Amino acid sequence: MLRPKVKPVLAYLVLIVPSSLIILGFLWLLITSFSTRVEGLQSLGWTLNNWRFLWESPFGPQYPSIWAVTLNTLVMSLIMTLIVVVVSSLTGYALSRMKFPGRKGFLSLTLILHAFPSVTLLIPIYFVLLQIAKIPLIGRDVPLLGGFGYNTIGGVALVMVAFQLPFGIWIMKGFFDNISWDMERSALIDGASRFKVWWQIIMPNIKPGIAALSIFSFLTAWNAYLIPLTFTAGRAGKSAVLSLYLQNFISESVMTEWNAVAAVGLFQLVPVVLFFLFTQEALLNIYGGGKKGGV
Amino acid sequence: MRGQLAPYMFLSPTLILVTLFFFIPLVMVFILSFTKLDMTNFGILEWWKPVNWSLDNYVKIFTNRFLSRILGNTIMYVAVTLALFNVGMALVIALITTHIKRRTGFAFRTLWFLPRITPVVVYTMMWRALAGPAPMGLINKYFLVPLGIGGGEYLLHTHPWVFIFLVNGFIGASFGMILFASAIESIPKDYTIASKVDGATTWQTIRYVELPMIKWPLLFVTTYQTLSLLTSFEQIMLLTDGGPGLYQTEVWSLTAYHRALTSYFGNTQWGYGAAWSVVLVIIGIVMAVIYLRVFKFGELVEEPKIDQL
Repeated sequence: MLRPKVKPVLAYLVLIVPSSLIILGFLWLLITSFSTRVEGLQSLGWTLNNWRFLWESPFGPQYPSIWAVTLNTLVMSLIMTLIVVVVSSLTGYALSRMKFPGRKGFLSLTLILHAFPSVTLLIPIYFVLLQIAKIPLIGRDVPLLGGFGYNTIGGVALVMVAFQLPFGIWIMKGFFDNISWDMERSALIDGASRFKVWWQIIMPNIKPGIAALSIFSFLTAWNAYLIPLTFTAGRAGKSAVLSLYLQNFISESVMTEWNAVAAVGLFQLVPVVLFFLFTQEALLNIYGGGKKGGV
Repeated sequence: MRGQLAPYMFLSPTLILVTLFFFIPLVMVFILSFTKLDMTNFGILEWWKPVNWSLDNYVKIFTNRFLSRILGNTIMYVAVTLALFNVGMALVIALITTHIKRRTGFAFRTLWFLPRITPVVVYTMMWRALAGPAPMGLINKYFLVPLGIGGGEYLLHTHPWVFIFLVNGFIGASFGMILFASAIESIPKDYTIASKVDGATTWQTIRYVELPMIKWPLLFVTTYQTLSLLTSFEQIMLLTDGGPGLYQTEVWSLTAYHRALTSYFGNTQWGYGAAWSVVLVIIGIVMAVIYLRVFKFGELVEEPKIDQL
């Protein structure tokens, strides 16, 4: 057995040594984005050239500017977050509070869905989105979103919602499990509908859960790469998001400007780091708590 | 809404999304896996007709001479990353950051969240810089060379697996970290104070009060992250793409991607790739069912009392 004094020191070492790799890596990224070349953490020449995408479009005027792309990313992340929260809380409520045949099976199923590799499903999902695009009104040409079909922000958001649902449903069910059902019961006896009870009585009581799931979903959506890459045509099209804009700088035919890639990457990272800093307190409510908890 | 239909009204959005983006695609993948559909016969081969179905793809998989290596790689990748980082490191960070000054704890958790929210292309580029040969590479320059270890080689070529564990683990750790930290924070303060009053050391408080109370999030993260790792391949693809040696770091999901969407011969073998992913789905489902049984998730699904008015 280790002596009591040694243990905390050992614990801190386990935390600090790997943490130093992250610090080193991100320092390198920052220095690289402001340099022409680097050696280790040493810049071999400072420049602002890597950041010029901020004020001029690097691929020509016919492509959307970084700001249009940022707006797309924001819209997509917000839509995805909104749908994840609403759908997960509807389903989580039913799983936590209602009796129906197939309930246990459904809950296990939501977890098993997570075992379906996204890579497997990408090609068939492409065909599904092509079909959705044919539906009038919601398929395409919706302002801001584009719609919910192929090559639209809404469509990409919808696919990401599906992949986020297993997590969302389990988290929300945990929150509903922890609310006493007395309030709800009296409302039901008074003749309120299940939907009214859900919306007016239960939802206001799980605000911390809603906030936490929203933050987590938003961060996931902002950074999404594979799904937007697969389901939007043309990396610099009108539905491009930041992770695809970044992809434009990486080319197999011409020399990739890795320093510019670092700059665009940091541009994508900074807003969400700030967002995370200010919302971490709320995110830490993501575990519904209780003796057994829902998660 | 009071009737028998009410639960299904609540479930309907999930049912629609799951049907559109899980079930229909899965059925299509399943059918595709029996066909020889690829880029050269796309539009010609009538893959939906049973006449064109055969077990050839599956025979090809199970007679592949790299099968045991790919399977071994997958098991090692999932087990090591899960144990060391997605659960192990996640728990260590969560426990330490909830026992130190609150602000310092927040700072460390933000630091560990960075890998998850950094664009994956940039994140892997950063790791290549960390692994680079001396004098460029950060690990060589600031750790190994001063300590006199190694000859300053490109570490990604000499130790590819170490970096695959690190690159994936640093992203994976933050998921568990957030859930565990949140669970620890939600433990009523009376419990920890009581154990302190009784003279327990911090370690004893952790061992006998906190760990038993975060049992459920521990089990959930273990299950959820096993499945995440099993199906993830983006980082490996961008980092080593299965190399540097022949199939040295190729895992199952990456094989499925390679067969279905890239090919050295210029044609993408959708049918063959689909067969690889169907086997992966089956492995995933079996794992999920085993976890659900072993961890007694059934207890979580107690019948709700609300309907017994």
